[in-house]
Amino acid sequence: MGHLHFEFREGIIVSSKSLVEICFHGRGGQGAVTAANLLASAALQDGNKGVQAFPFFGAERRGAPVRAFARISGDEIHLRSEVYNPDIVIVLDESIMEIVDVLKGLKPSGKVLINTRKKPQDFEFSKQYTVATVDATGIALKYDILVGGIPVVNTPILGSVPKILNRVTLKSIQQAINSKWTTKKELSDRNIKATQDAYDQTEVSF
Amino acid sequence: MTIMMDTGNRIAAKAAVMARPEVVAAYPITPQTTLVEAIAEYVAHGEFKGEYICVESEHSAMSACIGASAAGSRTFTATSSHGLLLMHEMLHWAALARLPIVMCNINRVIGPGWNIWVDENDSISQRDTGWIQIYCSSNQEIFDTVIQAFKLAEHQKIILPVMVNLNAFILSHTSMPADIASQQTIDDFLGRYIPHWKLDIDNPTTFGNIIGPAYYYKIRRAMQEAQMHAKHLIPQIAKDWKKTSGYYHGGLLEYYKCEDAEHILLSMGAIGAESKIAIDELQKAGQKIGLARVRVIRPFPTEEIRKIGKQADLIVIDRNISVGLEGVLFNEVKAALFDESGTKVTGFIAGLGGKDVTYKDIEDMCQKAIQGKTKEQTWYGMEE
Repeated sequence: MGHLHFEFREGIIVSSKSLVEICFHGRGGQGAVTAANLLASAALQDGNKGVQAFPFFGAERRGAPVRAFARISGDEIHLRSEVYNPDIVIVLDESIMEIVDVLKGLKPSGKVLINTRKKPQDFEFSKQYTVATVDATGIALKYDILVGGIPVVNTPILGSVPKILNRVTLKSIQQAINSKWTTKKELSDRNIKATQDAYDQTEVSF
Repeated sequence: MTIMMDTGNRIAAKAAVMARPEVVAAYPITPQTTLVEAIAEYVAHGEFKGEYICVESEHSAMSACIGASAAGSRTFTATSSHGLLLMHEMLHWAALARLPIVMCNINRVIGPGWNIWVDENDSISQRDTGWIQIYCSSNQEIFDTVIQAFKLAEHQKIILPVMVNLNAFILSHTSMPADIASQQTIDDFLGRYIPHWKLDIDNPTTFGNIIGPAYYYKIRRAMQEAQMHAKHLIPQIAKDWKKTSGYYHGGLLEYYKCEDAEHILLSMGAIGAESKIAIDELQKAGQKIGLARVRVIRPFPTEEIRKIGKQADLIVIDRNISVGLEGVLFNEVKAALFDESGTKVTGFIAGLGGKDVTYKDIEDMCQKAIQGKTKEQTWYGMEE
């Protein structure tokens, strides 16, 4: 089955109970929704009791700009409305930034994680926000993580998230990937290696 | 405990399959599709051993459920919006034939204009069909309510179909964790379905034949009595489920911080969850306000509405409109309070067509109502 199933680990200490809202920007088919789901599942494993993941509610087309969202909190989440002021923006496809204002609504203390070969300092807004960069496309190609010949960056880029968010661990992200592809161990292993590479290669501006 | 982190639709499918229905008949429609697809996956993986009937329309889906239920099977289906409306004739039939079918309805706008987002006009427009109607506000509540719905529907003093409503996308496509009770817990809680009567070739009997006015009159009266009895049974079943599973989401209503409240907000579905944040914020700002989230609209919780109407002035948010009158919850709350002349009731229409309703919107509505700055019912958030 495709859904994530796991035993809940009690007693893990969550450093903060406050709410973190994350917005993924990508193109239809890049797996933004899957990424949001995996991140929320990993956060739950790390002891965050309230987690949510959802797509932008509307029609999606392959290649068109899409958004997906995740919320992470120490307590049950009662919010059911859209995310307007994210704490973290994750850009799966940097070409999106030419047509979508990915910084729209980002909190002043916000962070931006971008799939790119550039350095954080190459982005003008790194003066204003914390920017993290990783070549997730290169990592996806290295591990042959392709769908229809196109590199899939949604899982590799998740490996970079613990570098900018201490509420979720790389171990839990890898565990979430593992439980999603229980019947495809070889694929799951490649995805897990890709997250490790992404974690090691992420550059963060402060 | 086993946590399932998944969408409302897939958690509803999990609950439905764990209730071990003998027959599921369904036709896909956005945003219900992923629910019936999940059941199809359970069939493919051998985890659902009942009969899964793919039909050519929702009218046929409900007709197949009616046939299966009449033959004595535990029966489940799911639909949404136009699919629910296409079932309309058979919804009456299922209720009048006293068949304990359980159905999930994903609340979606009715077109045109074509729109797949949430509002509750679809199920609200079916409120007079005799079905019990429950509205959920979280994925955990969806799981627990689907299980409880079978217990309720099949109870010998009820024997009526039950509709479990979840809002389109906000719940149907949003992943949240739900604690999944064990199969043993569910089996023990529900037991096997033993039909009060059934179509049986070894014991032939006639059902649904022509009857005169006097008997038909009794059929209607018996349905009404069953619905009235459900007012007692729904909270009882919820408490019994809490004893076994630990989860409780309210009875007919879920009360949130209503002690000493001078104003009480009534809302349903996903807005009912978001309202909790608004109540917290308003209390921090010094307002004496609480929330009564309406879980069940049929049977209508008249007595409980009267009770809170004695305590506080009421504010009602409807994500539906009876065109030519007003929001249905607003209208029915006022009707329940007709002899409580001192209670002020303020109504808002909000979120039709899937327009987002945030806790800040809810706070704003409550503030306006408390300050008496509104008309009797206001269309909130209308962009001119």
